[in-house]
Amino acid sequence: MPAQGELVTVSQQPTEVDVAVVGGGIVGLFCAWRARERGLSVAVFEAGDRDGVAWPVAAGMLAPVSEAQFGEHGARALRLGLAAADRWPSAARELGEASGIDPALRESGTLVLGRDRDEAEALEREAAHRERLGLPVTRLRPSEARRREPALAPTLRAALEVPGDHSVDPRRVVAGLRAVLGDDVRPGAPAVRVAAGEVELASGETVAAGRVLVAAGAWTGELLGLPVRPLKGQVVRLRDPSGPGLVTHTLRFSHVYLVPRADGRYVIGATMEERGFDTDVTAGGVYELLRDAFELVPGISELIVEETLAGLRPATPDTLPIVGEVDGVVVATGHGRDGVLLAPLTGDLVAGLLTGAPDEELLALCDPARFDRAGAAA
Amino acid sequence: MSDFVIAGRTLRSRLILGTGGFPSLDLLAAAIEASGTELVTVALRRIDPSARGSLIDVLDRAGVEVLPNTAGCFTARDAVMTARLAREAFETDWVKLEVIGDERTLLPDAPELLAAAEELVADGFVVLPYTTDDPVLARRLEDVGCAAVMPLGSPIGSGMGISNPYNLSLIREQAGVPVILDAGIGTASDAALAMEHGCDGVLCASAISRAQDPVAMARAIRLAVEAGRLALEAGRIPRRRYAQASSPMDGLADLAAPAA
Repeated sequence: MPAQGELVTVSQQPTEVDVAVVGGGIVGLFCAWRARERGLSVAVFEAGDRDGVAWPVAAGMLAPVSEAQFGEHGARALRLGLAAADRWPSAARELGEASGIDPALRESGTLVLGRDRDEAEALEREAAHRERLGLPVTRLRPSEARRREPALAPTLRAALEVPGDHSVDPRRVVAGLRAVLGDDVRPGAPAVRVAAGEVELASGETVAAGRVLVAAGAWTGELLGLPVRPLKGQVVRLRDPSGPGLVTHTLRFSHVYLVPRADGRYVIGATMEERGFDTDVTAGGVYELLRDAFELVPGISELIVEETLAGLRPATPDTLPIVGEVDGVVVATGHGRDGVLLAPLTGDLVAGLLTGAPDEELLALCDPARFDRAGAAA
Repeated sequence: MSDFVIAGRTLRSRLILGTGGFPSLDLLAAAIEASGTELVTVALRRIDPSARGSLIDVLDRAGVEVLPNTAGCFTARDAVMTARLAREAFETDWVKLEVIGDERTLLPDAPELLAAAEELVADGFVVLPYTTDDPVLARRLEDVGCAAVMPLGSPIGSGMGISNPYNLSLIREQAGVPVILDAGIGTASDAALAMEHGCDGVLCASAISRAQDPVAMARAIRLAVEAGRLALEAGRIPRRRYAQASSPMDGLADLAAPAA
């Protein structure tokens, strides 16, 4: 920024701002908020009512330990996930205070469950992996698990308690971020082209900015030629007319989860489908989710189906996010299944990049340069 | 090793890889390379072949051919429709035919399978049916014109290996088309055993995709398939109840004799 009294060339661009953020999902909004906190002016360009935006569908699990995978990529994802989970309590408190909207951080822990002998044996392998990594997990007898969650089916065979894996309500988080950012968010303004210092909107308007941040989720691939693809997930959202209490922990089993909200609502998810930008909700998808959840928690049959919907996770070839600089543009995308968990971490990483104080160690795990863009764009 | 020929086409690798269940596309790509396979199977019902940046791009880059399968179909009608969609999408007449009869075990539905196979063969497909290890059903599938038979070792994803080696050897003895063990491989030795039993090839998915290190397991199973096939062609020795010294007993030096 020019100092006072300096000659300023008047820009012909209609908008000038320190940071133009392309994408008003949970990651873009978190980054914008953190950047603004560090004294930068921001403008978030949000495409609007696009089908398949990830956060309205997300259950909001903060579950790096439950999600821990084998291998080197698994170890890197775990580092990022734990660093992000550490940030959530303070981030939720700060956001709640700044916006007046409580993000509903729910510190009730997670139970990972096995419904039969096969799942019990698979769970044992998962438990041993976490113990080797020194992660806090406790094996529970089925009776102990059912004392914690009496609605669990008596046929339960095995359970693993992950006391540190919590959840937030992504819709409340985004509502809070939008409230805090106010007029800095411009809805209905999709970007069609980005370059260093410049964003071109679908309306034809060109925005000049000190820095451009692209956080366009599954659509980032189209804007920047990065290997980010949509990974479809279907969920079912239920409401208990008698209020909360049926289930209090996040429950996970096989590929399905059930996440309780404080108001008696539940999210059951999620499928993982390689179907491009398709966001159709299918009978088979909904059936499988409900069938599996019903088998484990028979009491859900009484609940009201409020919504069935599909979202598009921005997925990368190695499942790790992409946060860093590409052709002079800052990018924050590819958070896959973990966008809600990682959003506060990515917000901090991006704010550090924008203010010349990057966290090199964590950014190295998300480096865009690890992908061959030419190959990916083919 | 002798050639592996299906429907007139020679394949260098006797291992066919399933593409489902990998933790990431990167690991899938690395496992394909480590496996040495040139044919991978893809569930048409679970992907959109026109979606770029996805699974199909990985397979293109790896230079492998796609064998579409009809996983997720429970009736002959659905399987036939899915096979026809796959022919459009992948521009191939080859199909791995699956018609599932039971959700819990994912065992094939024999009558539906046979009906679908007959219809697809008549429609010009090269049909590779996933079947139970029933020698009579395998023969009937061959009779209706299937290009290979793919009996299970044990249920899909169970990793229980070859639960009925006797049936498998009967299928092998009778078959005039290639026999490919499909489903049940848990680890490398299962694949070697299948090849030693005379299977012409092995299809493997979960044992690799769900291993702690999928790339290392892909290589292990590749080597096991080669080892098992070489052992079959080399001809194993007959089993005996008592030992037979590996060195000949004739002409041994008489150590009791005084040195000359």
